Amino acid sequence: MTEAVASEHVEFVLPGVKCAGCIAKIESGLRPIAGVRNARVNFSSKRVSIDHSPDVTPEALRRAIVKLGFDAQSVSAAAPEADDRESRAILRALAVAGFGAMNVMLLSVSVWAGATGATRDLFHWLSALIAMPTVAYAGQPFFKSAWGALKRGRTNMDVPISIGVTLATALSLFETIIGGPHAYFDGAVSLLFFLLVGRYFDCAMRDRARESVIALMRETAPGATILLPGGGTTWKRAADIEPGMRMLIAAGERFAADGVVEDGASTVDCSLITGESLPEPLRAGGTAMAGTLNLDHPLTVRVTAAGDQTSIAEIVRLMEAAGQSRSLYVRIADRAARFYAPVVHMLALLSFAGWMIAGAGWHQSLLIAVAVLIITCPCALGLAVPVSQIVAAGALMKRGILVKDGSALERLAEADCVRFDKTGTITRGRLAPVGKLPLDAEEKRIALALARASRHPLSRALAARLEAERIEAAALDELRELPGMGLEGRFHGRRVALGRPDWLGAPAPIGTALQVAFRLDGNAPKLLSFADEVRADAATTIERLRRMGLESGILSGDRPEAVTPVAVALGTPARAGLMPADKVTAIAELQAAGHRVLMVGDGLNDGPALAAGHVSMAPATATDVGQSAADAVFLGDQLMPVAIAVAAARRTRRVVRQNFALAIGYNLLAVPLAIAGLVTPLIAAATMSTSSLLVLANALRLRTCAR
Amino acid sequence: MSGLALLIPVALLLGLSGLAAFLWALSRGQYEDLDGAAVRILIDEDGAE
Repeated sequence: MTEAVASEHVEFVLPGVKCAGCIAKIESGLRPIAGVRNARVNFSSKRVSIDHSPDVTPEALRRAIVKLGFDAQSVSAAAPEADDRESRAILRALAVAGFGAMNVMLLSVSVWAGATGATRDLFHWLSALIAMPTVAYAGQPFFKSAWGALKRGRTNMDVPISIGVTLATALSLFETIIGGPHAYFDGAVSLLFFLLVGRYFDCAMRDRARESVIALMRETAPGATILLPGGGTTWKRAADIEPGMRMLIAAGERFAADGVVEDGASTVDCSLITGESLPEPLRAGGTAMAGTLNLDHPLTVRVTAAGDQTSIAEIVRLMEAAGQSRSLYVRIADRAARFYAPVVHMLALLSFAGWMIAGAGWHQSLLIAVAVLIITCPCALGLAVPVSQIVAAGALMKRGILVKDGSALERLAEADCVRFDKTGTITRGRLAPVGKLPLDAEEKRIALALARASRHPLSRALAARLEAERIEAAALDELRELPGMGLEGRFHGRRVALGRPDWLGAPAPIGTALQVAFRLDGNAPKLLSFADEVRADAATTIERLRRMGLESGILSGDRPEAVTPVAVALGTPARAGLMPADKVTAIAELQAAGHRVLMVGDGLNDGPALAAGHVSMAPATATDVGQSAADAVFLGDQLMPVAIAVAAARRTRRVVRQNFALAIGYNLLAVPLAIAGLVTPLIAAATMSTSSLLVLANALRLRTCAR
Repeated sequence: MSGLALLIPVALLLGLSGLAAFLWALSRGQYEDLDGAAVRILIDEDGAE
């Protein structure tokens, strides 16, 4: 291909890719399309990347994939790439440090074995030639981070690392030049190697989680059809819609802006914004919110707020503001470094001063000071935290719990109370028929045909149940939907209907259960009840959390009638009818009282609360906003992962503390030797590796933490 | 001792070639889809279905 035409690149997420057949089907299905230059499926990240000419639109490509039988979601590829580059840079540094460490160690072993005179000097020079470029290249991640912290007047783990490595290299170079016996090149380079391993684990953990969380705000409508003042219509992107315009929203479409209904009557699904499970009627004069879904009839809406003025944009703003408090969290390793770094540097300085006073001469004093720095360089400390966390995260992942980064595990261990959202979190978030359907085989076939004709959540729930029972839909004539009432049609000349109980002459629903009636002409109407089922293990989860000392509560945006029964059944306090900002306030109040809140929620309306909580979790069924705001995402129909994650995080914290204790214990043994001037490069290398191995072995015990 | 003059450069060159191969593979995206490589072997390239 020698075409020099501009080529465009687009990526889609393919949640449905499961096997080699899917890969072959998608790639061979896309390549023949005119304008597609290349298509390649990445099975690990479940994405397809397509190079295409500008005359093919991404939307057409998406439709092509859907036609092949796969669900495709577009992603904005801009953001994740930057982070990907970070982990690649660390991997490259790791490779270089590994090469350097191996070769320098090879030469050092010969020196330790007794090489003297010219051979030793030659080996030192060779080590210097390998070690200096290695340190300059592989040390960059640490130097940059240390410099960044120092510039802001703070200190972190990377400051003592950078000082130690730089000083050790410089002094070893000096030793080499004057032909001295001790060079610490091997120590400096293998220190970098071990630390980069830890740093890479940290990065890999974040990348793995990020791949499964897709672009923010996909749920909002990309745009809407605008009625032009002189008649006719045009399609505008959401960003170009302005207040005063009139939008035409078809059934099944999401509102792209806030507005007032001018014409038409329909029902809307507001669950994205409010968490309310029941669709609400919307008539002329009513207010429509961006992001809500128009269910059954077209509406004409006069836009009152668009772009970043809509209520959905307000939620996103609220979320960003709420998330700022979390960025103040200081990681365990950095907290340790605050105490560690000054102590270490003081010790090195004191031993230098002490030996000078004792009359050892500045050269030997400096050598001893560097030995102290090398010995105390937080090699095991740098490994202690990331290794424990990645082992724990791996174990949790096998249980279907995806933790986004190490700091999430640390914060999860600190949580002392839990707040749940109701819809989609305590409950499964989807309506399902209660009990057995009171219909015979023929009625089921008719009911399925009726239910399939509507987008109403109750119809969908009924259709889903009947399809699961492998019912074949009956053929109906004159099928039509009456907005706000239900569906009707004719089956072999008999009128059949599915809809509101009072419309079909059935007794009015009792209590708060959602009900529809089904009637086959001539028979009495039959009532079908629906409920958003509470997750089966919700009660046991809350009990287990209570035993761990975490007290639970419900913060819901749903009606009190819907929340109270759930709260009573679970025996937890609940607050209902909360707006997104109210949830944030509720959490802020708890945190002001000294609590560390674990927020569990799924909806867009929970986004700000998820960001405000000390730590947060979301089910995998959550909206994108929920998933990206949460620190951890759990799969499946169970709620128990919340308790498991907290337990695992606490065990991880225990192991991290043990590792710190091991590392500090090793320092207590080795530092006096170093200060006494007894540590040679050989002893430094041996003790450093031993303490790292101990820490690693201890961290591996966490493999079973997700039980 | 004279062996060293040969062996050390050989060791370094071997190490460097390994490093170069790894960096090349990394930059060419060979590690981007590790699970995919495992299943792609099963794709029937003749397209005889």
